[in-house]
Amino acid sequence: MGGLRTEEFIVNMGPQHPSTHGVCRLMLTMDGEKVVKIEPFIGYLHRAIEKICENRTYAQCVPIIDRFEYVTSMSCNQVFSLAAEKLAGIEVPERAEYLRVIMLELNRIASHLIFYGVTAMDLGALTPFLYGLREREMIIDLFEMTCGQRLTYNYIRIGGVSRDIPKEFVPQCRKAIETIRDKLNDYEGLLNENPIWLVRNKGVGYLAPDVAIAYGVSGPSLRASGVKYDLRRDDPYSIYDRFDFDVAVRYNGDCYDRYLVRLDEIKQSIRIVDQALDGLPEGPIRAKVSPNFKPPAGEVYSRIENSRGEMGAYILSDGSKKPFRVKLRGGSYNQLEVVPVIGVGGLIADLVAIFASLDVIMPEVDR
Amino acid sequence: MSWPLAIGELHGIFRLLYGLLKDTGLPQPWLDTVTYIVLSVVVFGLLSVIALFLVWWERKIAGHIQQRFGPMRNGWHGWYQTIMDGLKLLQKEDVIISTRDKVVFFWAPVMCFVAAFLAYVVIPFGDGLIVADLNIGILYIMAVTTFTVISLLMAGWGSNNKYALLGGMRSAAQVVSYEVPMVASVLAIVVFVGSLSMVDIVKSQSGLVFNWFIFRFPFGPIAFITYIIAGTAEANRTPFDIPEAEQELVAGYNVEYSGMKFAMFFLAEFINMFTISAVAVTLFLGGWNGPFLPSWIWFVIKVLAIVLLLMLFRWTYPRLRVDQLMEFAWKFLVPVTFANLILAAWMKYAGWYW
Repeated sequence: MGGLRTEEFIVNMGPQHPSTHGVCRLMLTMDGEKVVKIEPFIGYLHRAIEKICENRTYAQCVPIIDRFEYVTSMSCNQVFSLAAEKLAGIEVPERAEYLRVIMLELNRIASHLIFYGVTAMDLGALTPFLYGLREREMIIDLFEMTCGQRLTYNYIRIGGVSRDIPKEFVPQCRKAIETIRDKLNDYEGLLNENPIWLVRNKGVGYLAPDVAIAYGVSGPSLRASGVKYDLRRDDPYSIYDRFDFDVAVRYNGDCYDRYLVRLDEIKQSIRIVDQALDGLPEGPIRAKVSPNFKPPAGEVYSRIENSRGEMGAYILSDGSKKPFRVKLRGGSYNQLEVVPVIGVGGLIADLVAIFASLDVIMPEVDR
Repeated sequence: MSWPLAIGELHGIFRLLYGLLKDTGLPQPWLDTVTYIVLSVVVFGLLSVIALFLVWWERKIAGHIQQRFGPMRNGWHGWYQTIMDGLKLLQKEDVIISTRDKVVFFWAPVMCFVAAFLAYVVIPFGDGLIVADLNIGILYIMAVTTFTVISLLMAGWGSNNKYALLGGMRSAAQVVSYEVPMVASVLAIVVFVGSLSMVDIVKSQSGLVFNWFIFRFPFGPIAFITYIIAGTAEANRTPFDIPEAEQELVAGYNVEYSGMKFAMFFLAEFINMFTISAVAVTLFLGGWNGPFLPSWIWFVIKVLAIVLLLMLFRWTYPRLRVDQLMEFAWKFLVPVTFANLILAAWMKYAGWYW
């Protein structure tokens, strides 16, 4: 092909594109099908959540932070409540802690089920998406039963949870996790050994552990690169140190391992929910907290293990009833940063697979 | 003009029509012209209905695989959903981008639509139900089905859109690659029959079910499987639907088309799928041959069975990557089909068959 003159061209992938999981814009410089350069542009979903929080009392911040990462908004509630409780020195009742863990883990399962469906859909298999959402529906029904909401729960509040679970919650929850445990075999049977799935994912988008750490990648995407780092085990918050679970870890760092790690995590989360349901104590569900409480001046950072990596909340307080500054950290931001590093040199189809396997969602990036 | 079509063997309505026309005392050239025009209208109408049915059927199958119902609102199980969709697309604004290549952009959907219908000149729907039994039948089909790729390339180029252009280029590369194993697997059958005529191919499979080429071990099943794989790729369906890979190229070559122009691409895709299945039935599954029922019913049943297979592929498998697709065609399918061709030729020569 020596005589043919070729030139690179620029493709705008997004902001409206089926596989950017929200409104992300990737400016791709392409040489035919090959991606030469990737430039992510963010900010299309910026809602100024951090700024809005500065004009609200701490209790009022919780529902707006729901929108921070709406796929797992239980985690958003938890991370902010944790920070506020640390700041004001509020003790959370034990039953509330158990309820929190159940909800967080259920929400993690729901999030990974969405990941399963969406990743398959990004690689052209349309059916798993519906399967993933079908099982997620059972979890969402549980949430709806408990707090009346299906997406932005506002359930975990400062000092506890908003209300107690109804009587039928525990049996229905056990049934749901049992169903999901069964259906996981179906999911694995549908994709894990599928030759097309294997050639699309194995060895694609290798993320070296040192690169992952350098870019601040956390959560399942980091553990798929062989780094056994899980905040639930390494920096236990709430009551995670009471439960017996394994940290899912894989060592190849490719898209396939990132996919497997998440399926493994669903199994571990099921174990945690099982234990938490067994150990659920009776008692109050909420510490007495004034709605306009004034924490002492100071700063605090809390972090939890979300399904997309480390989720953190930093609060700077000046002693008034409103936070002086709130900063939220989402795992997706760092995972989006690493896309240009591992996506360059592959084909555009690989880029879609990588983007899907890192499980980036844009509201968490833009906030 | 001599009659390539075997009028004497024509079925019911065709014979009736020809008789009526003959009674009018038209001169022969006029008679030919009118007959062919009427036949094309009949085939066109029939295929449009088939395409609408296939769209509905695919949606139902997809729904049931995915634990949904699919269309349910319009009529019994939504049977006229696609008709309403077609009407909706007719009413829609035809968005024409200003940076298009005027001629190419306009003619691409037309060409795609026409190319999809061309193959039906030589497809035997039943015993004698064929528009023209050309003596180069299968060669003709292989030639005209390739027209589709030109239209996709035209659509990609004329849209002046990078996604569309990528889709068009992918489509060209894919169809050119898969044409080779497809023709090679078809040739294995042609070598055995010793004729390119579709009617001859079907007739050579009459009698017992073991006369179907799919049951002629070992070359028949191999040719069938390779043909179905290559055919799926020709029809641009999952797992080979990279030209319109939704998650990569948004919609590929038809991203800038709307309204009826889009509908033409869409229907052409389903007609292509029907063509692939019809050729597979003719070559491997004994065409119209079958006991008790009328020949055309057997043909339709078999074709729908193959269509069902293609639909199940689509709703089960992920999509291959473009380079893996090429690798699969050139490193696996082409050697296998050529080896199979040699095997078939040798078996024919040695007489090792029943």
